[in-house]
Amino acid sequence: MTGLLHALGARDHLVVAPILLPMLAAAAMLLLRADRFRLQAAFGIASTGLGFLLSVLLLVQVHQGGPDGSTAVYLAGNWKAPFGITLVADRLSAFMLVLAHGIALGALVFSTARWQRVGVHFHPLFQLQVMGLAGAFLTGDLFNLFVFFEILLAASYGLLLHGSGGARVQAGMHYVALNLAASSLFLIGAALVYGSTGTLNMADLAQRIPQLLPGDAALARTGAALLAVTFLTKAAAWPLNFWLVRTYAAATPPAAALFAVMSKVGLYTLLRLGTLCFPGADGNLVLLVMGLATIAFGVVGLLASQRLAYLAGYALLVSSGTVLSAIGLEKPGLTAAALYYLASSSLGASAFLMLTDIVERWRNGGAVFAAYQQSREAPFLGRDLKPLRGIDLDEEQDQPTGQTLPTATALVGLAFVMCALVLAGLPPLSGFTAKVALLTSLFNPQGLGHGVTDVSVGAGILAHPNTPGIAGWLFAALLVGTGLACLLGFSRAAIRNFWAAQGRGVPSLRLAECLPIGVLLAACLALTVLGGPVLDYFEATAGALQRPQVYVQAVLQQRAVTTP
Amino acid sequence: MEAILAIAIGVVASTGVWLMLRGRTFQVVIGLALLSYAVNLFIFATGRLSVDREPVLLGPLGATLQHYDDPLPQALVLTAIVIGFAMTALLLVVTMALRGLSGNDHVDGIHAPPGPRDDPAAPPPPSAPSALPAHREDAGPAHDTPPKGPA
Repeated sequence: MTGLLHALGARDHLVVAPILLPMLAAAAMLLLRADRFRLQAAFGIASTGLGFLLSVLLLVQVHQGGPDGSTAVYLAGNWKAPFGITLVADRLSAFMLVLAHGIALGALVFSTARWQRVGVHFHPLFQLQVMGLAGAFLTGDLFNLFVFFEILLAASYGLLLHGSGGARVQAGMHYVALNLAASSLFLIGAALVYGSTGTLNMADLAQRIPQLLPGDAALARTGAALLAVTFLTKAAAWPLNFWLVRTYAAATPPAAALFAVMSKVGLYTLLRLGTLCFPGADGNLVLLVMGLATIAFGVVGLLASQRLAYLAGYALLVSSGTVLSAIGLEKPGLTAAALYYLASSSLGASAFLMLTDIVERWRNGGAVFAAYQQSREAPFLGRDLKPLRGIDLDEEQDQPTGQTLPTATALVGLAFVMCALVLAGLPPLSGFTAKVALLTSLFNPQGLGHGVTDVSVGAGILAHPNTPGIAGWLFAALLVGTGLACLLGFSRAAIRNFWAAQGRGVPSLRLAECLPIGVLLAACLALTVLGGPVLDYFEATAGALQRPQVYVQAVLQQRAVTTP
Repeated sequence: MEAILAIAIGVVASTGVWLMLRGRTFQVVIGLALLSYAVNLFIFATGRLSVDREPVLLGPLGATLQHYDDPLPQALVLTAIVIGFAMTALLLVVTMALRGLSGNDHVDGIHAPPGPRDDPAAPPPPSAPSALPAHREDAGPAHDTPPKGPA
């Protein structure tokens, strides 16, 4: 396929394709009547599927470019780098593109079963959100980053409000207001950076910021801090994360599954700008502290949640916090492990958010809204903390003996267990590999089997020059403790939803709903099986992030195409 | 000129922040709009303040920076204005929908946020508009009238 693209002369335009494709698809869908759901879904799946293939192609192309990776640069207006619009694909952006497209494709297939029909224009909005995501990952320019942020946010407002209803509008109000305020901060930050450096191109910024006069440097750092606040809001770092759980629980499940990637955009931009433009800034300590606080907050929320969607939201917070603290600890190995963790937890959380829908509908006997939601009760415990009807948590409940478990129930239960294993980080799935990688690179940056071979392992860790320090130990403790807390939370949810469930029929499963969940979980399995090559890729990614000059050179030396 | 512009931006921004922190949706919308005006003025000012300078190259003037204004912030601010305008319009729609659904223009709707467990002292559902909780800022009596029709 690479050869075919090359023959068509389209290979140079591969970088811009993930942005153009969803944009054209969205525009084409708007020409269709709003109730042609099937046709729109076909358009959407074709576009996102093609986008996924192109992203994989881009990833392969970037990865084959040697140890530093070939950085694919696209000059959109054919102006040389500091002037025109630049799109850049390196290992990090290519990986984020693949992850986003994969999850988007799953959510899109899931939506065709029912959720696309609860409102109008689901598919165009979905495509525009994919476009915003792709643009945010690919842009090499601070102001275009703002524009793509606004595109993905505007689409996410529409997706959040899809289906309407009190809870969604209520959550939407908070979400829109919060993000408008955050966008204002983004603009102030970008303006400060421009005012002090005279450029918005990220590669150019990386060159100019170290050469600034002290006064201008202070302004640029202020701008960077304001930008970081915006990105931390998007990444849902404590104390900027109170919006996330209710928003994601209120959104329709396929939209929420896509939002699980959206919160990773903040992490991506922090990593990109932090390593490229502001390396060695003392903001890393802030990231570390906020990350640890986010993990703690998420764990408490996990233990307190009764609703499955809230459980998923808090699991996302834990994952955001883990990645943030890993970035804040400033070790290349840890960054690589954090990227692996990001992939695993995003896949797991998206699958879980979609599974939530199936489990909830099973519990409600097919109704989208449960009785407890109408009467504004919690799902399992009443206000006096007594279990509600239909749930028997007693040990001496009369068990129906000799009855085989229906296949559908077993499948749903199995998917639940797999999601829980991925999100809690227990063996044998990718969550465990991710945590092992994180802990290994925290305690022994040289990698397993190196560095501490000459002394006994325990003493070696304590006496090693690369001891993790207080923050590192705290991170390790939280990482391990989170696993236990997640397990408690998910076990309780499983007991309530599966074990103690009485008088329910068999969950109605549809292929369009099971397939994406199955494929996303299979991707987690693949991440585990292919752990070695995948971690190698992320180590190369983290290594390239440590050498920003490669990125800078590639962007600034890209030549404009001469007209024949 | 710099001092006047700085004070103006500061006043507009602080007004915007204050309004944004109020409890009524309309005040929040106006607050966000004011904040975006302040931000737009600020972006404009990052191109440095000057009078009577050309933004694009003109033949007779020398090609040095002292004759020209920076056109980039003006382009940026145009984009920011358009995006901010669209977002404010969207927020207004959400505000109207929330007003229609909750019968109240408080940013949190009528109740405490619907959580897994409600506050036992939460007021009854929106069927009884007379039981609206009294918020300190609703001094104006016209705020809490129930909606006349579907929104």
